[in-house]
Amino acid sequence: MRPSFVAALCEAAAKDPRIWLLCGDLGYSALEPFRDTFGSRYVNVGVAEQNMTGIAAGMARAGKIVFTYSIANFPTLRCLEQIRNDVCYHEANVKIVAVGAGFSYSSQGYTHHGVEDIAIMRALPGMAVVSPGDPVETTLATRAIIDRPGPCYLRLGKAGEPKVHTSVPAFELGKAIQLADGEDLTLITTGTMLKDVVDLSMRLRASGIASRVLSMHTVSPLDVAAVQAAAHETAAIVTIEEHSVVGGLGSAVADVLAEMDGPRVTFKKVGVPGRLYHEIGSQKFMRQLLGDVDAIARGTVERARAARAQK
Amino acid sequence: MSPTKTPPKAALPELVELARQIRAQSARMVHAANASHIGTCLSMADILAVLYGQVMRVDPARPEWEDRDRFILSKGHGAAALYSVLAERGFFPREWLRTYCADGTKLSGHVSHYGVPGIELSTGSLGHGLSVGCGMALAGKGDGRSHRTFVLLSDGECDEGSIWEAVLFAPHHKLDNLVVIVDFNKIQSFGSVKEVLDLDPFADKWRAFGWAVREIDGNDCAAVSESLATLPFEAGKPSVVIAHTIKGKGISFMEGQLAWHYKSPNAEQLEKALAELGVSK
Repeated sequence: MRPSFVAALCEAAAKDPRIWLLCGDLGYSALEPFRDTFGSRYVNVGVAEQNMTGIAAGMARAGKIVFTYSIANFPTLRCLEQIRNDVCYHEANVKIVAVGAGFSYSSQGYTHHGVEDIAIMRALPGMAVVSPGDPVETTLATRAIIDRPGPCYLRLGKAGEPKVHTSVPAFELGKAIQLADGEDLTLITTGTMLKDVVDLSMRLRASGIASRVLSMHTVSPLDVAAVQAAAHETAAIVTIEEHSVVGGLGSAVADVLAEMDGPRVTFKKVGVPGRLYHEIGSQKFMRQLLGDVDAIARGTVERARAARAQK
Repeated sequence: MSPTKTPPKAALPELVELARQIRAQSARMVHAANASHIGTCLSMADILAVLYGQVMRVDPARPEWEDRDRFILSKGHGAAALYSVLAERGFFPREWLRTYCADGTKLSGHVSHYGVPGIELSTGSLGHGLSVGCGMALAGKGDGRSHRTFVLLSDGECDEGSIWEAVLFAPHHKLDNLVVIVDFNKIQSFGSVKEVLDLDPFADKWRAFGWAVREIDGNDCAAVSESLATLPFEAGKPSVVIAHTIKGKGISFMEGQLAWHYKSPNAEQLEKALAELGVSK
């Protein structure tokens, strides 16, 4: 995702002189194409995320489109109040980019796990929270957030994520992309889990469960219509995210479902449990914290069938 | 950036009078709203008077004028004084000051920009303003513009690590279009600076970080005016004025008293204060 982001940013910066990039002394083997081409609009501010974010707000006030870049929680939680006051309250045109979504830096330890960022960033008014599912979506998302005035948070994996989209999909912030359809279940995911969820959908189909797959690349503003449609048109909904179950995509979807009239759709959130954990290992290993996703999906379909049978 | 001599706009007696009006208005506002922070408004009144009366290139008729000098009150709790000087300079009607902190007002107890001409940045949480000022200065340099950015800090605010991130940043990027003034009134929120977290040797710290430093009596309009007459102090360096001030300056029973960080003058105290300032109620 990272190379796709940098390529899209360079492409945009070539056309738009308002685009600046600030980094917090991270971006080795990633940001060089921007630095080397647009050196006068690139600043490594040092290991100082609060300052980076304040500077970005000040530059945005002077008409710039300013990207801040760092990894995991550094450009978000470390400088959260600068984001809230200096960026969001002033509707500043600042685009915050974090690489290392979820467990992308898994074995680096707890400090490097970005598993609460969606919850916290989506609580901020006016902040678009964008979490693309593959390199293709990353390119499209980068272009889209440049075109959208105001604060945005772009949550990326690392490098080497597989392409899920075989062609370029229509992309609009706040509009989910549907990758498969079926009536038994809707799988809604965001960000780095997209490939796993598409694979899950295919395994389910092989065993007779037809699922709709939605890439909810924008968690805020959420595609409420897509969630409501899934609730009406499919028997169950499972959200899957490499993020805490507290306040993330699952919570956003649950908010929509809880306010809907009529019979309840069977619903399950899959994510990192909202408890302190001490596991350390590879991304695959860490994803075990989400539970047995196949079994949860199948179990949710069973629950939906049982609920229908009772009616 | 080459040094620019700013022609004096207001003569010294006018600056002193403007400072007196800032003090009186702030006292009236804080009294009417039963609000806090009169002490900080009084310590910085002379600095604001010189900035808005003489130094800064601003146009109340064009608050968004691209080449205006920018001012950030990073110590956002001094809002009443800033609103007062903006009203005095005609950025918005004086009547607005009567709504300070009232239901439906635009003028909150800590600085808010929304709908308030002349306010560049909402502040109130300490340690934010200097970074934003660095961003404005950096963007100005990038665009080849000649405007300056002035940031007023409190002393207590310099406890915040984020201030020192920005203090490191500005000289590294040669932001000589950035001017910091520290309202060094020696009293912070819950004790004296000496007791809570000593800043001394304060000027040496700024110098060591690469700033051009001046120390002045910040309650002397002539001294403030003289210090800001030629900017930057040194080409290629950001400038900082360490303004030694007295918290509560100008109202005898508030001077040097921590309590007036919190207390609001009652009607009798307001009357006494205004009498001392030599203005009518």
